[in-house]
Amino acid sequence: MSSPLSREEVAKVAKLARLRITDAELEQFTEQLGQILEHAHDMTSLNLADVEPTGHPFGLINVMRDDVVRPSLDRDAVLAEAPASEDGRFAVPRIMGEAP
Amino acid sequence: MKNATDIAAAVNAKISSASAELDKSLAVIAEKNGAINAFLFVDTDGAKSFASNVDERIAQGEKLPLAGVPIAIKDNLCQTGVPTTCSSKILADWRPPYTATVVERLIAAGAIPVGKTNLDEFAMGSSTETSAFGPTKNPLDLTRVPGGSSGGSAAAVAADMTPISLGSDTGGSIRQPAALCGLVGIKPTYGLVSRYGLIAFASSLDQVGPFAKTVADAALVLEVIAGHDPMDSTSLPEPAPSLVAHVNDGVAGKRVALVKELYEGADDEVVASVKAAVAALEAAGATIVELSIPELRLGLSAYYLIAPAEASSNLARYDGVRFGLREQAEDVNDMYEATRTAGFGAEVKRRIMLGTYALSAGYFDAYYGQALKVRTQMIKAFAKAYEQADMLIGATTPTVAFEFGSKTSNPMAMYLSDVFTIPTNLAGDAAVSVPFGTGENDLPIGVQILGPGRSEATLLAAARVLEIADGRA
Repeated sequence: MSSPLSREEVAKVAKLARLRITDAELEQFTEQLGQILEHAHDMTSLNLADVEPTGHPFGLINVMRDDVVRPSLDRDAVLAEAPASEDGRFAVPRIMGEAP
Repeated sequence: MKNATDIAAAVNAKISSASAELDKSLAVIAEKNGAINAFLFVDTDGAKSFASNVDERIAQGEKLPLAGVPIAIKDNLCQTGVPTTCSSKILADWRPPYTATVVERLIAAGAIPVGKTNLDEFAMGSSTETSAFGPTKNPLDLTRVPGGSSGGSAAAVAADMTPISLGSDTGGSIRQPAALCGLVGIKPTYGLVSRYGLIAFASSLDQVGPFAKTVADAALVLEVIAGHDPMDSTSLPEPAPSLVAHVNDGVAGKRVALVKELYEGADDEVVASVKAAVAALEAAGATIVELSIPELRLGLSAYYLIAPAEASSNLARYDGVRFGLREQAEDVNDMYEATRTAGFGAEVKRRIMLGTYALSAGYFDAYYGQALKVRTQMIKAFAKAYEQADMLIGATTPTVAFEFGSKTSNPMAMYLSDVFTIPTNLAGDAAVSVPFGTGENDLPIGVQILGPGRSEATLLAAARVLEIADGRA
């Protein structure tokens, strides 16, 4: 039986999820994800056009709090756990390349 | 080890002290944790300071519901300054700058958090075999898994390291290890217990709950941690329900439905335990009906699209910027990829990819959208069943504790161990696993009692009937 998804699709999904996968992993994930989607056929084959989706068990309601200043997490304590920080901010490698 | 209720009574009466109870707990951990690997981190200094604080409060005349009771905390719950890893390399060195509401409430109630317990990486698994820090062994048989994902918390209690522990249950991660380790485990109603400080896996399914050796202890812990928390926008509005006072209410006049889809396919010895439990409830005055709820069969498929979809979104935050691991790279995109590739294990990658696929353009309606509709169908089917019954009964797991390695090569085989527990999470309802009878090699069997939202008191009273009938208390 052919897998419901192709190696190319799995490679694309890995890219979207910002994961690098080896050829061996690509092979393995294609097979395993295929098996899980095959199992889901019992569900995907149903006609549920008239059913409302449920995203949350009791429905989500906006919860508001009073607009009052109150302490939040200590900035230095948070930054102390970051891989890199500079001048009270998170530091990351460069985002844009050199100008051509 | 004494149970939590008795320890708290002794400490409140000044017959014992928090420091003395902690010393006993630390001694058992020192003796057994090397072989079992229940704890990833034992917070000896922190626990001693919590214990002397409790002893001071008791000396000043305070009475505390969990006075001096050592408790183990699953390592996906934040505690300020204490390593919180989710059993993942990506958070290996992270120490949270804040404490989860449930841990705050335990401390306020006099409990002593002694350390952080092993889990499947990011709570994704049913055996602790996906932990980046090695599996936890089942204290009842070291060749077998303790279940998962809260396997470390279950093993800590089963091995008498602590009398109680906290886990989290997204698809069965409290009830399944409770069953496999012979403990009481509660998956509370969605929103009953605050998720503030619980590291998110699948936010519409996750709930924190207790493990204990007795129903009364489980009720006591849930009563302490439950109730509205303004820091969790999904928290139910009401205060904690009264549970301990109702543990001995019994089941007289209650309608109990034995549900075919909640035991069909389980091993014969498990089915026999479920039927014996039904007989025990009937003998205690419950009325028994048999029901079939075919929609429950779709739970596994819906869950393994919804939970990975939510996980793929929740785990996007692990990108090497704000916390945890960072792999060095020239530019930021390479850094994200290198960090996530090095930091996540295979099961987490598999679920992130499955969820990303289910949410991606072209497949969203067919997979994720369809799963949300199945969720609606399941909620309706449960609601209909609860018109005919006050509670449902079935197995917690299809088998007793299985051997290491027996399901690791086939993800679907591992996922099937959650087939009876998943429907409750999708519905947002409550369920309890209670030990009843034993199977192969004298290993424990868990019976599952399910109820509608906010039915914890009823479920615990039924679990108590089974605990007595099974000769456990």
